[in-house]
Amino acid sequence: MELLGHLADGFATSLSPMNLMIVIIGVTAGLFIGAMPGLGSVNGVAIVLPLTFIVPPSSAIILLAAIYYGAMYGGAISSILLGIPGASTAVATTFDGRPMAQQGKAGLALIAAATASFVGGTISVILFTLFAAPLADVALAFGPPEEFALVLLAFTTFVGLGGDDVLKTIIMICLGLVLSTVGLDLISGQPRLIFFDQPGFYSGVSFLVLAIGIYGVGEILYTIETSKSAPSVTPAKLTFKELKYGLKEMNKLWKTMSFGSIMGFFVGMLPAAGATPAALMAYGLAKLTSKTSSTFGKGNIEGVAAPETANNAASTGSLLPMLTLGIPGSPTTALLLGGMVMWGLVPGPMLFIEQPDFVWGLISSLYTANLAAVLVNLALIPVFVWALRMPFTVLCAIVLILCLVGGYAPSQKLHDVWLIVGFGVIGYFLRKADYPMAPLVLALVLGPLMERSFRQTLISEQGNVLAFVERPLSATFIALSAIFFLLPLLNMLRRRMRAKTTAGKPAE
Amino acid sequence: MLLADRLIAVGLMALSAYFMWHAYALPIGWNGMTGGPGGGAFPFWLSAIMLVCAAGILLRSFRNGTADNTSKFFDIETLGSVVSVVVALIVTVAIMPWGGAYIALPLFLLWYLKIFGKHGWVLTLCLTIGTPIFLFFFFEVTLKILLPKGLTQPLFVPLYAIFF
Repeated sequence: MELLGHLADGFATSLSPMNLMIVIIGVTAGLFIGAMPGLGSVNGVAIVLPLTFIVPPSSAIILLAAIYYGAMYGGAISSILLGIPGASTAVATTFDGRPMAQQGKAGLALIAAATASFVGGTISVILFTLFAAPLADVALAFGPPEEFALVLLAFTTFVGLGGDDVLKTIIMICLGLVLSTVGLDLISGQPRLIFFDQPGFYSGVSFLVLAIGIYGVGEILYTIETSKSAPSVTPAKLTFKELKYGLKEMNKLWKTMSFGSIMGFFVGMLPAAGATPAALMAYGLAKLTSKTSSTFGKGNIEGVAAPETANNAASTGSLLPMLTLGIPGSPTTALLLGGMVMWGLVPGPMLFIEQPDFVWGLISSLYTANLAAVLVNLALIPVFVWALRMPFTVLCAIVLILCLVGGYAPSQKLHDVWLIVGFGVIGYFLRKADYPMAPLVLALVLGPLMERSFRQTLISEQGNVLAFVERPLSATFIALSAIFFLLPLLNMLRRRMRAKTTAGKPAE
Repeated sequence: MLLADRLIAVGLMALSAYFMWHAYALPIGWNGMTGGPGGGAFPFWLSAIMLVCAAGILLRSFRNGTADNTSKFFDIETLGSVVSVVVALIVTVAIMPWGGAYIALPLFLLWYLKIFGKHGWVLTLCLTIGTPIFLFFFFEVTLKILLPKGLTQPLFVPLYAIFF
């Protein structure tokens, strides 16, 4: 009951005319960003973050969350109409969305994607509401050792579950952590890692500079290289008759959609997993359990619904650890976390006690954002079809200008703009060489917390390293981290053993 | 691909060595007085891990290299575009301190849209003129964030008189 009271208070905040307008602007912007090939939620949030100084902090975070939501819906649009995923999270939507469009059922596919996103979003927001307060209560008991152990756990999930090259993942985590130590030492206050004696480094390397560099400039460079010719847009018309038919079809898919939502939510909570694997898993699962699995990949509506529910649910899921524990579940939420810290709102359990208005306002705004996104999405389909014809060079030029100006605005130093160009080029190279970017951004955001909690623990325990495993919660986290860290090693050993036994068999 | 992989690994090794050298200026070992590591320990040892991992990638490429040597790291056809955009970005940022954002950014747009994107004059001019006006009203008038002006500073004095 207390929960409903909080939620009602939250709605009082999120239904204020200003916040409603912000949500609608946010989801519309998000839909456009998501629909543009190559740009996803993380790029959108990175590019738009500096522009959100225009509204008060609590509204700014609602705006960014709405963009995040809108981008998740929008990704499906270019997956279906262009056959190119609008964001990596919408890759699985191309499998059946594209064939449907080619069969002239683009409108139906778009309706399916939008409704599925709405169902996924709604179920996951309800789960979010139920889990948020209890999780924050547990997190209240956290001291520095638990904080350190939890951050460690977040990083080891990348090693164990990330699926990228283990060595490259570890390098990116370390690089992000080292960059986070630039500036003044947290405890002694001494300057450290002041490269080339540039005074700009005294204030550290901002997460925003890295994010704009990698997800703004780097992403554009990557897209310039990979897009040789303009893709063709499949026309889509939407009539009320089709809408009614589409909703009737979707009504048969409740099992697939609810399964996709719940799975997406929990997969999304893991920092290393997130929306893309969640969508792929949901697609695979739907194909396995479907009665019409033979038509998957040839334009089955279920193949559009499953990944779209899962990726929206995952985006909500990744907000949960960010808001309650202060550990982001995805690169996009890492940026939201960085933004909140910048505005003086420190995510974590204390936020639920100190700023309940803000927290519940944000949670309730997820409900309104979800509803706004599905309505705007369906209403603006003709506009998206037109917008996707926009020449790519115009989009790139605007994004690059926003990167340069947006990077300058927060601290008004040209030093940061140079760093953005530098990170953009370096990020482009590293990405081409298959170095994962998500751990780098997460490490830069979480680095200060990790170092501070580590050193605080040791100072208060007079240098006793065992302090981390003497408390039950942190010991559990450390043990889990160890398992995740050893997972790739165990897999390798098992593969070797198997290779040996199969090689050894003929000799027997 | 193989060569690029090795070059990047070597580059990362050099970078971590450079980080370690910088971090070494602060105590990197255990600080007996307060308990716990010194100020340079965190960056130093993390860079050391980076160095080891990058070396691991390099060694691995020599052990089982040749496999993916056929794939190209760069797409030669479009590499030229990427390089020219990077150069244009660098030139733009270099112009900013003395020419100001309101000269650098329109020049960038003009080059990008007209020469790089081969668009018509109408579109190019609309965006080249419209963008700085939008930036002025969004950042300077609404947010009170002043963009670098350089030489053009005196031209803005009358504008400030109107809008502030």
